[in-house]
Amino acid sequence: MNCRSEVLEVTVEARQVEEAMLALLHTILLHRSTGKFHYKKEGTYSIGTVGTLDIDCDFIDFTFVRVSSEELDRVIRKAVSEFKDALNNSGSDGMGQISLEFYQKKKSRWPFSDECIPWEVWSIKVNVVNLANEQERQICREKVGEKLGEKVINVVEVINRHEYLPKMPTQSEVDNVFDTSLKDVQPYLYKITYQITDSLGTSVSTTMRRLIKDTLAL
Amino acid sequence: MDSDLSPQDKKDLDKFIKFFALKTVQVIVQARLGEKICTRSSSSPTGSDWFNLAIKDIPEVTHEAKKALAGQLPGIGRSMCVEISLKTSEGDSMELETWCLEMNEKCDKDIKVSYTVYNRLSVLLKSLLAITRVTPAYKLSRKQGHDYVILYRIYFGEVQLSGLGEGFQTVRVGVVGTPVGTVTLSCAYRTNLAFMSNRQFERSAPIMGIIVDHFVDPPCSSQRPANMGQPCNYRAPDEEDGGPFAGVQDSQEVCTTSFSTSPPSQCVCTLSPSPSKLSKPLPLDSLQLPLAPGLVTHTLYTSRLSYQPPALAGAADLCHPAANPNQALHAGKEGGVVLVPAHPPHGTDAHLTVEHAPNTPGSSGDDDGLSQSGEGRRDEGRRSVSPSDPVESLNAFTRKVGAFVNKPSTQITAASLDLPFAAFAPRGLDSEENDPMVQPPDSPPCPSPLQASLHSQGSEGSGQQDDFVMVDFRPAFSKDDLLPMDLGTFYREFQNPPQLASLSLHISSQSMADDLDSLPEKLAVYEKNIDEFDAFVDMLQ
Repeated sequence: MNCRSEVLEVTVEARQVEEAMLALLHTILLHRSTGKFHYKKEGTYSIGTVGTLDIDCDFIDFTFVRVSSEELDRVIRKAVSEFKDALNNSGSDGMGQISLEFYQKKKSRWPFSDECIPWEVWSIKVNVVNLANEQERQICREKVGEKLGEKVINVVEVINRHEYLPKMPTQSEVDNVFDTSLKDVQPYLYKITYQITDSLGTSVSTTMRRLIKDTLAL
Repeated sequence: MDSDLSPQDKKDLDKFIKFFALKTVQVIVQARLGEKICTRSSSSPTGSDWFNLAIKDIPEVTHEAKKALAGQLPGIGRSMCVEISLKTSEGDSMELETWCLEMNEKCDKDIKVSYTVYNRLSVLLKSLLAITRVTPAYKLSRKQGHDYVILYRIYFGEVQLSGLGEGFQTVRVGVVGTPVGTVTLSCAYRTNLAFMSNRQFERSAPIMGIIVDHFVDPPCSSQRPANMGQPCNYRAPDEEDGGPFAGVQDSQEVCTTSFSTSPPSQCVCTLSPSPSKLSKPLPLDSLQLPLAPGLVTHTLYTSRLSYQPPALAGAADLCHPAANPNQALHAGKEGGVVLVPAHPPHGTDAHLTVEHAPNTPGSSGDDDGLSQSGEGRRDEGRRSVSPSDPVESLNAFTRKVGAFVNKPSTQITAASLDLPFAAFAPRGLDSEENDPMVQPPDSPPCPSPLQASLHSQGSEGSGQQDDFVMVDFRPAFSKDDLLPMDLGTFYREFQNPPQLASLSLHISSQSMADDLDSLPEKLAVYEKNIDEFDAFVDMLQ
């Protein structure tokens, strides 16, 4: 099966990195989360309700919508803030990439561990610039807001092509497709990774870390 | 074509499309109310949440949508459109965007109605939520209240895009294929706001202290043309008891859907529309502001409505037939909270509403209504609210809400005209400093003439700063939706404190007169004791 891969690029100021990443990651997760499944007899299930929340950005003229789940927000914020710190500390000229990967788990026989097969990967490339004065910053606020708007439109366009989505799982398989650890929403299984590009333009894997969101640790 | 679709599937599909249309309208209108939307996730399905999304249903909006649809469904050649337009305080209006829900002929026969179509419609609604915050009209709608309001209009039939001006852009939100056609949702939005800025140049500066629109008729009089929109307006559900829309809620169907993971041939889907014992719409605790516990409300309202002179009995029915003109106003972006709609008897004018809510925070809106109709009335309004009301001082801060003075925009410089939406760039601080509505004297009515002149001099002094334009007076990180009194409002309110009593001329002149009178007596006393003073002076030498 082919994995769908999408790349988004943004150029922001250092203090806008966090909000820009949150905006895009949350927009993607909004579309890739459903309500909690409740399985009933005869293989039927019902789905809970997903609430939404408008978030205004402080450093960007932009408002985005995220799912109303504090737990999910905490997880994403943690990942983004690690990315931001890595970007600041890297000493490079501020280029990096954060990836949101949706995957399915496939159980393998012993002694092999489960496989994680990605079916959609979103890569957000970030380019950090430094601005000289307040007027430029004000213009940057608006420009980045517009750019993020365009990125949201791109995301929506891709998602609405309705290409491959994992089949809805039975009760025993649900943890191979969805992240059931949250109590109010159920996103598809995902992981967030990032890479910082050094000034030579090559990606440096020594700074790569993984945040694994598996629900069952075997 | 329909022979391939089972009757149950056809029925389900029609229901899905109908409720999808209604939810689409709700999402669009709520996105243009000017406030942030917040709904809660719930892990157990409640049965009234179509498409597994928590989207509140504003009854008036549902009513309007059902009225426009008139029992039909969007079909080929019959699109449902929501038009968003802007109306200024002078009465100019302009279409900003048109959202279209269309159906075309391309069918997808193999798709499963109850499952795939439903889920894809749900994803499409999420996309709509995201895209409504991205188009330019969103930012305009967040700043509505002072100079303009946002209106919506729903119509069914042919899509009309001519009102959007030249060079309008289109964004496609998404498509969902169904066995009877493909549902397409898109938005066409205006990019050219040029005529607005030209118009503003024609306005001249108001004379200090006089409200120019004192007797101007409201823009939407009772002879409103049929194609004028409804204001993006929301009232608390408790008001709907016995209101005209109670019937609408009753007929809404409940959706309980369960899905099956068994192989397609045994797909079991139960959709059970239960008779409507719909509970009230979501409790408003997520919307209530801490300041007004137990008092409802988010009313985003056409500001004009409350400014009618009390002479208009029963206050004309402005843009919306059910809109209660005695309702309080909304703060727009300044984050004032809005207030309890008082329940005055019909036919009374706005003036009397103050008496209904003297001890609640809600009175601030009524204060507004009164103060806008003139200086004289402002005093009356103040007196009828008990002056010792501790909340009144808080009300003073929210008075800025919907202040509907005919403000000039001389701060809009020629350079900014090149940018689209330049007319709606945040205004400089100065226009608000000069605005007598925002800087009312804090002293009780009937101040001494001397004090009045001192205050007005203060305003004139700040008028000299007209040339100095601030980009936007927004204190960093101040959130405008938590308290009605945010940092910016606080700063503006306390910028011109009243004069200290001891510094006022009146009292100082009095003391000097006393001093002069008592001089001869003092001199007599000193002469009597002259020997003592001489001895004292000798001692010092």
